[in-house]
Amino acid sequence: MSGPTGAVRIDHLVIADMIAPGSKVLDVGCGDGALLQHLAETKGIDGRGIDLRPAGVKRCVARGLSVDLGDADTDLDDYPSDAFDFVILSQTLQATRNPREVLRSLLRIGRRAVVSFPNFGYWRVRLHLLLRGTMPVTSCLSEPWYSTPNIHLCTIYDFTVLVDELGLAVERSLTVDRRGRISHIARSGGRANLLGEQGVFLLRKDR
Amino acid sequence: MSVSDDHTRLNADSAAIAADSDDSEVRATLAAATPLMLESGASLGPFTVAYQTYGRLDANRGNAVLICHALTGDHHVASSHPITGKPGWWHQMVGPGLPIDTERYFVICANVLGGCMGTTGPKEINPATGAVYGLDFPVITIADMVNAQALLLDHLGIDSLFCVIGGSMGGMQVLQWAASYPERVFAAVPIATAPRHSAQNIAFHEVGRQAIMTDPEWRHGRYLVEGTRPRAGLAVARMAAHITYLSEPALHRKFGRRLQNREKLGYGFEADFQVESYLRHQGSTFVDRFDANSYLYITRAMDYFDLAAAHGGVLSRAFAGTATRFCVVSFTSDWLFPTAENRTIVHALNAVAANVSFVEIETDKGHDAFLLDEPDFVRTLTGFLGSAWAARCRSLGP
Repeated sequence: MSGPTGAVRIDHLVIADMIAPGSKVLDVGCGDGALLQHLAETKGIDGRGIDLRPAGVKRCVARGLSVDLGDADTDLDDYPSDAFDFVILSQTLQATRNPREVLRSLLRIGRRAVVSFPNFGYWRVRLHLLLRGTMPVTSCLSEPWYSTPNIHLCTIYDFTVLVDELGLAVERSLTVDRRGRISHIARSGGRANLLGEQGVFLLRKDR
Repeated sequence: MSVSDDHTRLNADSAAIAADSDDSEVRATLAAATPLMLESGASLGPFTVAYQTYGRLDANRGNAVLICHALTGDHHVASSHPITGKPGWWHQMVGPGLPIDTERYFVICANVLGGCMGTTGPKEINPATGAVYGLDFPVITIADMVNAQALLLDHLGIDSLFCVIGGSMGGMQVLQWAASYPERVFAAVPIATAPRHSAQNIAFHEVGRQAIMTDPEWRHGRYLVEGTRPRAGLAVARMAAHITYLSEPALHRKFGRRLQNREKLGYGFEADFQVESYLRHQGSTFVDRFDANSYLYITRAMDYFDLAAAHGGVLSRAFAGTATRFCVVSFTSDWLFPTAENRTIVHALNAVAANVSFVEIETDKGHDAFLLDEPDFVRTLTGFLGSAWAARCRSLGP
């Protein structure tokens, strides 16, 4: 989940582009804190993180980030409403037990949410299943089925349906492919669900 | 090695304070004009606080770190203990180049109110009567200890602490500091602690107190007047408590079922097992450095601690609007102050959107792990203090 220090992951750059400078940000599932660190350095944010893996949390705190050991599925309830300008859920939604509730919590705690996730509708994923008949393993979905933490995979289309159902507004939506090419979902129509390896959405509470 | 107030007057400049900051103990007389109002409704004053400092206070007085000690700890944090001769209880954490870097911070640690290492407690003379306090000493609470420390800071001319840090009962004081004096605490590190003392922990304390109070030498707390010492009772109290500071795996690793100085079972009640011998040694050496009545008073202070109760039953209210940066640390094998207890602090802080880090350190060494050289713990403290210090410097300006 975490890129090597120094090299900034392309999806981090895409997310960072959506975050207003100086804002208060919570990164849910922050891993080793690479994104928080990048946002602190480039956007001067007041950042917090939570992650459920102790090793990553220890690395975060050791590098001076404010991060606590917690679970997106259970611990988001603690936070007061509108406590953050942005809540980020980067490559984590698919690993939660209840993505719908997590998504709802993000937009209770934060005025805006940035959600990125691997697109299960990506053509390579589809082709993998079609031709090989085995669970797809890609650069975004690197673990075999029996050890993957990704228990709630969805396509970009699935995600937009849920966003609609929750009454959330999409401010920006992008796809990023393996070469780092960015496309705007709104402009690419249905093709995004086929061509985008991962989706990145900037969401707002009310339509 | 002067033991005097003269170096630490309010109007003394920082260099004068730093002059005291070798390994010498300092004593201050506090609450001389106005007695300290205690939570119980009693008042106390004037009283003495014995403390140690390490490092130099910056000219802007912004680099003070207050270390709060645990139940049987004292202010000899990083210098050798005057009775046991052992290194300070946190010598691996406090010193030049260490996480609590005395080349950067001005470190203060004071013996708690009710203690027995120089601060006024039940073994000292009651100025009102000229006799030893004994059980006439008022029951004190964690908040009373913290209020006494706040008076010490006033005395030292320190408005705001860079950091308050401590483990176990020290962590309770850290939480109390953050709740009572949020504007005086820039960063707070409660370690292996809880926002209230659990029923199980009160129960263990009661075993210890009963061991002391049923010792015939205790004499209803008048042993110092009557020339006796409840050594056996205090030793048993320590033995029982010491078990709670360790863990089953740590005890097994250290002792297993190995026998002490013998090849086979003795079929009697001598210390057959190494673990028995170890506990007896812990008990008997403890009574040389600790006062039995202090043990009663300080355990009571911990039992009474319930930060939520003092805030309408809602812990987060204790921290409403706090600007303090917190770093909560727990240890996986600590069953006295387990991770779940520490996590309730984190939940409460998140509920007010406070700036909080929370780390659980993996160790099999039990509650005592906070006193030991755990690499992950050291890295956590170094990282947190380093970034908090950078923020402190930004907030204080050039």
